[in-house]
Amino acid sequence: MKLHEYQSKNIFSKYGIPIPKGRVTTTAQEAKQIAEELGGLVVIKSQVLVGGRGKAGGVKLAKDPNEAEQLATQILGMEIKGLPVRKVLVDEASAIDQEIYFAITDDRASKKPIMIASAAGGVDIEEVAAKTPEKIVKVNIDPLLGLREYQARDIAVAIDLPRDYWRDFTKIAMGLWEVYKNTDASLAEINPLVITKDKKLIALDGKMMIDDNALFRHPDLAEMRDTDEDAPAEIEARKYGLSFIKLDGNIGCMVNGAGLAMTSMDVIKLFGGDPANFLDVGGGAGAEKVAAAMRIILTDPNVKAVLFNIFGGITRCDEVAKGILVAMDEVKPKVPMVVRLVGTNAEEGRRLLENANMITAETLADAAKKAVAAAKG
Amino acid sequence: MSILVDKNTRLLVQGITGNEGLFHTTQMVAYSNIVVGGVTPGKGGEWVLDGKIPVFDSVKSAKEATDANATIIFVPARFAPDAMFEAADAGIPLIICITEGVAIHDMMRVRNYLDQKKVRLIGPNCPGLLTPGEAKVGIIPGNIAIPGNIGVVSRSGTLTYEVLYAMKNLGMGASTCVGIGGDPVNGTNFTDVLEMFEHDPKTEKVIMIGEIGGNEEEKAAEFIRTKMTKPVASFIAGQTAPPGKRMGHAGAIIEGGAGTAADKVKALEAAGVKVAKHPEEIPTLLQ
Repeated sequence: MKLHEYQSKNIFSKYGIPIPKGRVTTTAQEAKQIAEELGGLVVIKSQVLVGGRGKAGGVKLAKDPNEAEQLATQILGMEIKGLPVRKVLVDEASAIDQEIYFAITDDRASKKPIMIASAAGGVDIEEVAAKTPEKIVKVNIDPLLGLREYQARDIAVAIDLPRDYWRDFTKIAMGLWEVYKNTDASLAEINPLVITKDKKLIALDGKMMIDDNALFRHPDLAEMRDTDEDAPAEIEARKYGLSFIKLDGNIGCMVNGAGLAMTSMDVIKLFGGDPANFLDVGGGAGAEKVAAAMRIILTDPNVKAVLFNIFGGITRCDEVAKGILVAMDEVKPKVPMVVRLVGTNAEEGRRLLENANMITAETLADAAKKAVAAAKG
Repeated sequence: MSILVDKNTRLLVQGITGNEGLFHTTQMVAYSNIVVGGVTPGKGGEWVLDGKIPVFDSVKSAKEATDANATIIFVPARFAPDAMFEAADAGIPLIICITEGVAIHDMMRVRNYLDQKKVRLIGPNCPGLLTPGEAKVGIIPGNIAIPGNIGVVSRSGTLTYEVLYAMKNLGMGASTCVGIGGDPVNGTNFTDVLEMFEHDPKTEKVIMIGEIGGNEEEKAAEFIRTKMTKPVASFIAGQTAPPGKRMGHAGAIIEGGAGTAADKVKALEAAGVKVAKHPEEIPTLLQ
């Protein structure tokens, strides 16, 4: 789950990381009011969960409250990469001397958290990593021990931070570690962390991602979820515990197991078709879940055929068949359906679907070929 | 011979009285007689499966009574980390965690703790292990595989079943099938298992089933190129997966342009691995 900049920075602030004064709002009038309170130059920043806001014109400098209102009106009417801007953050503007990149994230390779810093901050860190990897400093953190202060100092030295800032930087690093650890973040990023003209370190921008699997112990964070960037079908699927991702093709897929679901998409493509979605009904899916999955697939008007590929293990094929029948009765689909049932109770499942007017297949390759042919009509 | 589990394995089931635990214990016991006990705190002294399997309150007491040398975990995700710590502290050398959805921070702590204790973890979010004809430790359906000389290692569950089933239809059997799981931080990786297969006299060929995300397949390719003498065939799932989207498994995501199927296929082919276009084709590459 991604958090907005204002949400991330509010969390940073609670852990003692300095952030600019400012507030989030949904209206231009309030943006003006905030600018009046702050006085002086302010930055109006669109709050959307995609990168590249600045380049898209979603971050603007305003010299007075009237201009703040005007720019907020403009930004609140924008769409950035297809996402409507519903909120803007109004922050006091900072006079910047230097921009630093600083983050803590999960490192799959070492199975440990990793702290990443670079004196080349403010820009896309992946670009820095690709072009000038020597400008990036990385230190692994022992998850059982936590970040040690000397490690933070080592980082400060490695990015050539002047000695005067070491103490403040260490405090920020320890704060960011606490943020990362206490929120089950998969990413806690400050980009840029700036040195201002008046010699202060401030987290100008913030980005956080929270591990969905840990949200059970963070109900407060779970409430912050912004579903704007998710397709409505993906939100619906989440309610039923289905893993669903909408794609651009025309063959709907319902599969049990994530690896097999990806593979079914691949095999459809291999035989000249285009998958309309990724959908994993999960292990042990019952009739109700299967029916929900089928409704979600069939709400996509692009879908010209549906492929069911079920390899019964924990999942019982007869349960899946019952779900298909329930959904067929309810949705009355007009598109052809190809079904392949193998494994636990497959025969019983096939018998249930005998009169359902579905195309049957023995192997995955065979099923994919038939679905591709059916979608072509 | 086989790797990790065989007919001499003495297995505990953590979460044995839960729905999943009990169902799969029944299946495992029906396959072979390796389950020596179960653990559910608060239910010590009870018996399951018509008095065949004793239940204990803790892994420690279960180990003392049964001399178990492996444990399988079926407890919900929020309790799974504690179950793994408990098993490690009780001195169980092999832990198989089936549970899906364990938080990654928990897994980093578990993995680093287990490494210090030299405990082998398989999973989490995995289907477990199957040594056909000898031991079923997990949820892989027993009837889809026959004994043989092919070692199988995979990040996926049902996709592995697909491959085992295709092998069986061609009369090809498995020495051991290892599901290492689809999480970004897990206990055992491809290279670990490939090394075990390389040293296992019963394994003559290997099938490795990978997917998008991370770089374990690339590391495995390097191991195969430099250290392996046995032929390897592979399949990588997720060739059509869009970047930035998590494809069900927490670990199956293309991030910052890394972890694509194309990169993995390229690395494997450069190491002399035959890579199949679809899963049913894999066994034919080893015929």
